[in-house]
Amino acid sequence: MTLYFLDFVLLVIGIYALVAKRHIVKKILGVAIMEYSVNLFLILIGFKKAGVAPILTKDMNLVTFIKTAVDPLPQALVLTSIVIGLGTLALMVSIAIRLYERYGTFDMHEINRLRG
Amino acid sequence: MDKHTGMTPIVKMITKVLCGLMLVFGAFIVAYGHITPGGGFPGGVMIALVYILITLAYGRVIVERKVSGITASVVDDIGALIFWSVGMIGLFVGGSYLFNFLGKGNPFHILSAGTIIINNIAITLKVGMCLYAIFLALSILQRVVIDEPKEGEE
Amino acid sequence: METIIILHIILVFMIIGSLITVEIRNMLSAVISVGAVGFALSLAFLFLDAPDIAITQVIVEILSLVILIRATIKVDNVAIEKREHILSDRTALIFVGMILVFAWFAFQSLPTFGEPSMRVSEYYLMNGLREVGATNFVTSVILDYRAYDTLGEAMVLFTSISGAFVILRRWKKEQDKDFLRIDREH
Repeated sequence: MTLYFLDFVLLVIGIYALVAKRHIVKKILGVAIMEYSVNLFLILIGFKKAGVAPILTKDMNLVTFIKTAVDPLPQALVLTSIVIGLGTLALMVSIAIRLYERYGTFDMHEINRLRG
Repeated sequence: MDKHTGMTPIVKMITKVLCGLMLVFGAFIVAYGHITPGGGFPGGVMIALVYILITLAYGRVIVERKVSGITASVVDDIGALIFWSVGMIGLFVGGSYLFNFLGKGNPFHILSAGTIIINNIAITLKVGMCLYAIFLALSILQRVVIDEPKEGEE
Repeated sequence: METIIILHIILVFMIIGSLITVEIRNMLSAVISVGAVGFALSLAFLFLDAPDIAITQVIVEILSLVILIRATIKVDNVAIEKREHILSDRTALIFVGMILVFAWFAFQSLPTFGEPSMRVSEYYLMNGLREVGATNFVTSVILDYRAYDTLGEAMVLFTSISGAFVILRRWKKEQDKDFLRIDREH
């Protein structure tokens, strides 16, 4: 239970970086930290104590494997989510580079003032 | 090799040695994706990382002669088309889109589990070339601080 | 039991790393510590019996570090000296404190840690080997039972990359150069 709570502290640190910082790259790092926290939460839900990974090896009995295997469904979701997070990060970084070329600064408050 | 672009000769020599090994390891992760952990996504990113390593070590000019941005886009589209056409064939054969129409085979064999290996290869092509193309697009904006060779040279 | 203790230690390390990321002034150090958080996350995935996810997280972390360093190192690295507005700083802290308090009560109703209710995955684990033939059950879930989601994910990746291309295109005043050709003037 404390693991869920510590994971949520990580999410909240990411939200704080996204909201209360001025530098745009800090906001991007906040989004990355939020993605780590959410992926970890999904895998934590599917964990089974004294379990094995959901990959069958040659010397494993099928019946005991079904009883002790960790949940494979959240792992499939997280696999997709990690790669989508990479694509989103590439898009955000290209927007940041374009903003720097246009306004000459990374500061969001300056960009809000200079817009136009 | 061009002496102006890229990094020091030590980095270039190590890149020469490591690239083949990394490509083989990426292909291993993809091909055995239904037996050992891995699959299409980490293998594709690994192959993109090989080309990015060559770009960082030798300079963008030399890599764009071999694998340009247009080639990366075309291979990317071919990967997506393979995935889609496997789904369409499944629709005509089995009655539902992305139906698994090839045979099951023996477990622990590389040619088991039907269309999974074809889908893995399609995803590898798509993800790998996609990420390499985005790295090329990001690196075009850099300000070149070393002298670039004039037209007609190299 | 010691797996739980190791997971606690890894999570505390990740929290300290992300606090360093958020508060430090130099941008390159912030990117490096978010890389440290990502590698610690991959270690946590390994202790949670998810080797597929651990491999993917390590490789994706390396690539995102390359992309992030590209954003911070090629431009003039000016740290922002002005202090953030005091009201927005403290208000954000009060709000996140309230979120944490309510989350503590919300987590009482989740299933206990270590005993998941695998209602859908029972079917995948029992019939996976017979129907699909793959011994890696995560691959059989993403490429046979739930192949639509993988198709959707390929579409999302394609869209985000096209978006990045469109944003990074450069328009020349004298002629419309293709953005993939080598730019000799700059």
